[in-house]
Parts: sequence; C-alpha cells; structure tokens
Amino acid sequence: MNPRVVLVVARLTLREITRRRILWVLGLLSVASVALVGWAVGRLVAQAHEHGVNAYELQLGVSQILIMIAFMFSFVLAMSAAFLAAPAIASDVETGTVLAMLARPMHRADLVVGRWLGLGIIVTAYAVLSGLLAIGAVRLVSDYAPPLVGVALAFLGFQAVAVMTVALALGTRLPGIAAGAITVVLFGLAWFLGVLGSLSGAFGVQGLAGAGEAFRLLFPTDGLWRGVIYGLEPPQVVSMTQLGGPLAASNPFYADTPPTTAFTVWCVIWVVGVLALGAWLFRRREL
Amino acid sequence: MTVPRTAPAGSGTPIGDNGAMTELAIETRGLRKAYGSTVALESLDLAVRPGEVVGLLGPNGAGKTTAVKLLLGLVHPSGGDGRVLGRPLGDRGARARVGYLPELFRYQAWLTADEVLRLHAGLAGLPWPLQQTEIPRVLGLVGLADRARDRVGGFSKGMQQRLGLAVALLGDPALVVLDEPTSALDPVGRDDVRAIIREARARGSAVLLNSHLLGEVERVCDRAVIVNRGRVVRAGSLGELLGESAVRLRVTGLPADLSPLAAFGPLGEEDGWLVVRPVDPDRVPELVATAVAMGGRVHAVDPGRRSLEELFLDVVRGQAPGGQR
Repeated sequence: MNPRVVLVVARLTLREITRRRILWVLGLLSVASVALVGWAVGRLVAQAHEHGVNAYELQLGVSQILIMIAFMFSFVLAMSAAFLAAPAIASDVETGTVLAMLARPMHRADLVVGRWLGLGIIVTAYAVLSGLLAIGAVRLVSDYAPPLVGVALAFLGFQAVAVMTVALALGTRLPGIAAGAITVVLFGLAWFLGVLGSLSGAFGVQGLAGAGEAFRLLFPTDGLWRGVIYGLEPPQVVSMTQLGGPLAASNPFYADTPPTTAFTVWCVIWVVGVLALGAWLFRRREL
Repeated sequence: MTVPRTAPAGSGTPIGDNGAMTELAIETRGLRKAYGSTVALESLDLAVRPGEVVGLLGPNGAGKTTAVKLLLGLVHPSGGDGRVLGRPLGDRGARARVGYLPELFRYQAWLTADEVLRLHAGLAGLPWPLQQTEIPRVLGLVGLADRARDRVGGFSKGMQQRLGLAVALLGDPALVVLDEPTSALDPVGRDDVRAIIREARARGSAVLLNSHLLGEVERVCDRAVIVNRGRVVRAGSLGELLGESAVRLRVTGLPADLSPLAAFGPLGEEDGWLVVRPVDPDRVPELVATAVAMGGRVHAVDPGRRSLEELFLDVVRGQAPGGQR
C-alpha cells in the first residue's frame, strides 16, 4: 500500500462528497430535524412545567427522549453512511472511471483504503456535528445535558464507520444499490437480534441470548449502540433500573455499563478485517 | 497463428525475470484469457517496439479490449506470458510509464479538467514542479487549454475523449495505449488525434492503437496486427500487409474471353471496374494496351493497392465459419 496514493484518493473522496449536493442536503435536513426536535422538546418541557412536574422527573423524562432521538438519528446515520459508501467504488467500476485510475502505478488496496479514509472523515464529522447539535438543542430548551457526551458521540461515530466499512467492502464486488441494501438489512438485523438477546436474557432463554451475543460479535453495530446509550443515560436512571432487576434492565434503550475494552478492541479489529476483506475482494476482481 | 513479421515476439530475447532482457515496449507470447468456459483471448503474440505506432484490429469480440486490459493488469491472464516496458504484466513500475485511454472514457464529472489531470498526476507520482508544466502542455495538445477550469460534467463526449487523451499523454509516457481514441470525435478531432499520435511517436513513445476505424489505422500506424477469435491472424508493416499492387480499369467493349488480360494477374470485378490484383506496376501500360488491342474502350485507369479495410474483410471473413474468401 502506498500512503501517498491513499491520501490522493482520500482527498478525491472528500472533494467528491463536498461538491455533490447530497452532503448539503443531508446537512440541511439534519439542521431542520434538530430544530424540530428542539421545538418539540421545548413544548413538552413547557407542558410539564404547567402540570407541576418537578425538575428531577423532568430530567429523567428528557434523558429518555434524548436516547430515543439518538436511536432514530443513529438509524438515519447508518442509512446515510451505507448509501454514501456502497457506490463509492461500485459506481466507479460500473461507469468505467476506475479503469484509467487503476492503470496508474497504484495498488487496488490504495483505492479501497483511500475511499475508506475520506468517507470515514465525512461520516465521523457528520455524526459528531449532528450529535452535538441535537444534544445542544435539547440542553437549550430543557437545561438537561447527558453525563458522557464524548463517549456517546465516539460510539455513534464508531458505529457509523463500522456500517460505512461494510457497505464499502460489499461495494467492491456488488452493485452499489445491492451493497447498500444488504448493509442496511444487516444493521437492522443486528439491532433486532440485540434487543431479542437482551429480552431473552431477562427471561432466561439461554439459546436465544447466545445467538444475540454471537451476532453482536459478527456484526457489532448493536454493541456500539449500547455505548451510545451508556453515554446518554443519567445515573439516576441507572440506579432506578438496577433496583428493578433483570427485567427492567432488558429495556433495549438502557445500558448500565459501557462496552468492554475487549469488545471495543474487537470492533477495531473487525473494521480493519472487513476493510482488508474488501481490498482482497477488489484485488481479485476482473475489471 | 501468425507472429508479427517485423518484430516477432520472443525473437532472440527469451522472456525471463532478469528485467533488462528486452527493449520492446510490449511483448506477449500465447497470452490467454478465459472467463469460465468463455474464451475472450485465445493466444496473443504481440511485439511493439519503442517509437512505433501499432494498430490492433479485429471484429467485435475478437479480444482486443481484453488484450489491452491484460497488458495494463486490469484483468489477470489465464495463460501465456507477457512484458510491458520490460516488466511483467501489471507491474507498477511499468505502469508509471504507461498512458491509457480506455474505450469507456469516463472522468469525474464534478472535477474540472485541470483537477482530473492533477488527480492522475498525483496517482502517477509526477513531481509537483513537473505537473506545473505537463498539465498545460497536454491540455494545449488536445485543444482544451481554455477549458481547464470547466467541470467535466459540462463537456461534450468529444471533449471528454480529448481530456482522456490528455490524461493518457500526461508525463510523456514511454507507452501510450489508446482504445478507440476517436470514437466520439468529429473529422477535425480525428485529424488532431492523428497529429497527437505522430507527435507521441516523434517523442519516442510506442503507441498501441486499438481501433475499428481502419482508415485511421492506415493513416497513422507503422504496423497493424489483426486479431480474430482471440488470435493474431495477420501482422506486419502496412507496406507488407498492403503491398499487393492492383489496377482498376473502367473499360467497355471487351470480348467474353479475357484470357489475354488474365496473363497480367488474377481478374476480378468491383462496382463495374475490372480489377487485376496483384499486378506488376511496371506492366500496367502494357495491360492497358492489351485491353485496347482486344477492342476495349478504356475510360479510366485507377492504379492502387488494396486498402486495409479490404485486407481486414478478407482476413476476417476468410476465418469466419462459413465465411467467404
């Protein structure tokens, strides 16, 4: 792999995305969504004040609303990452743009890694900026701030990068639309099995819980999402839920511990592995 | 299988791994590509010298584009061997000295022409100071100097093909591979491309020109290689390939028995013309005199040789199953 060529491709990717309208459309939609969320939460807070809800209860309520907002946002982010990354190489192959590029003295892995780097910068920046905007808007109207904003945003960005990596890797062999659709299905399946795993753990259905855990390793986006929840969950909710026992803790929007270091390291290895697999598949592809 | 006559592949310089074994720009022996049970290229023997323009001809599906992609490492060979600029196929060191215009020329629509060239200069590792002179040079060469800052998305097909030529010529490559370089160009553009190819040759570059436009090849190439059904079926300099002289007579009033004329060479008829091919050019006056002596009225005499198109059709149809010869 040639780092100089990787940077050339990463710069090309950044330029491509910033010049196309899609990023600006996404940005505008995000700002509009944040404004809507801020307005809606502000209205709820005002209503709560009118009905005599005390500040402690209000904070608890807003924290759960924020987690719901983050969940929806993480889904939008994953969809955006998948459909930005899936055609990044696939459409270059389909249109033939890649032929003149790969005739240059470069490794095919340079193209894959360069695309990944450029997309990773965009996706992470978008996740962090949009997340900060949403959290900032909620704080502005409710005076509630989650305890570990940095942790939540880091796992949100990591989750988006993981989804983006899968879409990019699949796009080295599949048409862009197929790679994007498969990635989104896998992402949804991971979340669904994660929820199922939590519930089955609470009800003592060991086989199903094991399957959920296994899929969490195979496609770790749900595990990363638990990190986002942990960063947003206020300590009061953690204390109350722990008093409620395993059934209360099986709530899919609850996490009292962050992802373990071993799991986080596994996620890094997993992303590198998927990227390497994509580069290997692309190297073997006949153009 | 016919090996190019003027520079046969492997003649005296066996393919080995010692790097410095050959001065040829392209050398392949028995190069083969199959996709499952479909054979795209059966066996390609090709040799291109530095400073030489070679036309690669063949009907659709003959394996020309596959051959080009094999040379550039875009597809992997199923068999045979080859070298480009003395290095194995796909070698990055060789690719640093190769310029390529693909048949499907597409460049990033959201970049300007200048940015596309900077991208390729960056991928090729051209030093920054060299980029500053090379990019204006190639843009000027293809007639896009005044469109350098325009987005490629706004270019016509012809302009995009010109840009592709500029990309291929960037950095003064030792080998230029052009796959149908005039398919989107008007006659003025085609004339420009011929001039560009001649200039590349004058600068010492070898040019492999893959084209359906036989007139283009005939005008600009030193040698031609005709590929059919994945094999080289004819190769040589244009002089060698088209060397058969012919004469066409517009003549009326000849008797049925043309045996006195047949003594000058095989007779044929084309669009109302009597054709003698091959014929000794020195005997053409005698041939005309014989026709007159036989009672013929000669309206026109058109001396010439066979066109590349005629040769191509003869070779390809002669090879086709059930084809005419």
